Amino acid sequence: MTADAHEEGSVEQPSPPAGGDVVYRHRWATRLWHWLNALTVFIMLMSGLMIFNAHPRLYWGQYGANADRAWLQIAGNAERGALIVGGFEIPTTGVLGHWRDSNGNVQTRAFPSWATIPSNYNLAGARSWHFLFAWLLVVPGLLYWLVSFLNRHIQRDLAPKRAELSPRHIWQDIKNHARLRFPTGAAARDYNILQKASYLGVLFVLLPLVVLTGLTMSPSMNAAWPWLLDIFGGRQSARSLHFIAAMLIACFIVVHLVMVVLAGPINEVRSMITGHYRLPKEKP
Amino acid sequence: MSARMSRRRMLASLGAGTAGLALAGCDRVARSAPFKAVEGAAQDLTRSAQRLITHRMALAREFSPADISPTFRTNGNVMPSSAEYQAHLANGFADWRLRVDGLVERPLALSLEQIRRAPARSQITRHDCVEGWSAIGKWTGLPLKLVLDAARVRPEARYIVFHCADDFRGIPYYESIDLIDAYHPQTILAWAMNDQPLPVGHGAPLRLRVERQLGYKHAKFVMRVEAVASLDGIGRGQGGYWEDVAGYQWYAGI
Repeated sequence: MTADAHEEGSVEQPSPPAGGDVVYRHRWATRLWHWLNALTVFIMLMSGLMIFNAHPRLYWGQYGANADRAWLQIAGNAERGALIVGGFEIPTTGVLGHWRDSNGNVQTRAFPSWATIPSNYNLAGARSWHFLFAWLLVVPGLLYWLVSFLNRHIQRDLAPKRAELSPRHIWQDIKNHARLRFPTGAAARDYNILQKASYLGVLFVLLPLVVLTGLTMSPSMNAAWPWLLDIFGGRQSARSLHFIAAMLIACFIVVHLVMVVLAGPINEVRSMITGHYRLPKEKP
Repeated sequence: MSARMSRRRMLASLGAGTAGLALAGCDRVARSAPFKAVEGAAQDLTRSAQRLITHRMALAREFSPADISPTFRTNGNVMPSSAEYQAHLANGFADWRLRVDGLVERPLALSLEQIRRAPARSQITRHDCVEGWSAIGKWTGLPLKLVLDAARVRPEARYIVFHCADDFRGIPYYESIDLIDAYHPQTILAWAMNDQPLPVGHGAPLRLRVERQLGYKHAKFVMRVEAVASLDGIGRGQGGYWEDVAGYQWYAGI
């Protein structure tokens, strides 16, 4: 891009890439971490849902158990299932709290078999999965942060430019997304502002939040790092925030996958494997 | 629901590529020997990492009386069914003795009266069940360190085992901790809860408090404290009832 050319002080201005050109878009660190995380995050989410099933109620504060007020719960019995948030009861029969397993038997666990690891009720097994893959979430995640600062991926590709932060620009980008009008040609090489915001949000808000709230639930970590309890307002608040952060990560994945499908899944997936991305042709 | 499922599956395989593993094969993977080996190594790594960053004397958070849970629910067994326990309960544990034995120089048999008259520690701490709930209560009891010092634990001992009066379908409850937790200042054999004699539902006459681990480590109805060099010969060898029967992690600091 021209910005790069200025930075490197080159005399000859390379012609800007155009629609149809193949550009190098994703470095090895990004590709490797992406696919490792694709596996890790799914296992963390699904084993986390099994752990949630052991006590499908969330509280605020230091303590919280059955006799205390839950701000969210998934309730189920032989007749129906419901998600209860605050005072509102949302019927979820068939999906949450009351669903049929593969043998056609009614189950009243919160999240159904297809959403959990292990697929049956197995708290010890879910904890094994969760705490094994937690290492694969945290250690490569920290390395990715480090590498991406050093190779300037974060500063160059993810940090919003001043002009992109103007409300007009953001509003324009929202409208483009809503109309499914995606950038073409040279403009498609860079992330747009909504992409930048969501990637930065996952990388520097949701992932650190989910890890730190996870650690706050560990009684041993509470002794080692008591400040964890103070920043999140108690173990049960941390458990609630952990669940909220996990659900937001799940929402990100859904939107991310929809955008990949809409933007051209073969080109997008190939670029995350080989690094090379074909810029969409300009519309005539 | 099946339409929803296939859509999820499609999205998952597009996004993850490896989703076949993530969705279908996990249960089979979990039963395989290599997974168990890797998972066991991860448990050791977690324990070592936590022990590395946690000073052995680092205390669990202690709360104020205002923080105590209005209701502290019971869990696990709430009434041991053995005739022996029932007889002790009927006469107020007057003839009950806590046995301290195993790899010790001086085996002990302590009456409840002796235990109550010994130096006590009170602490308002949070009890965390492996299921996810927490309750805060005040516990008063005899520091385990004083018991172990009085019995003079032999140098080859590596674990302290707690044998309990309760059972699940005939399998007795027991638990074990290592010496770091055994000598921790907040590790007590509690005989009072919220300034009342320990209720039966919470483990009368004596329950373990090991505040940097999850609830299933806090053995109730403790009858005997045994110092051992290895957990192999006890129960099915995994170090506790839930560890033996359901694969729960022996180290429950997380």
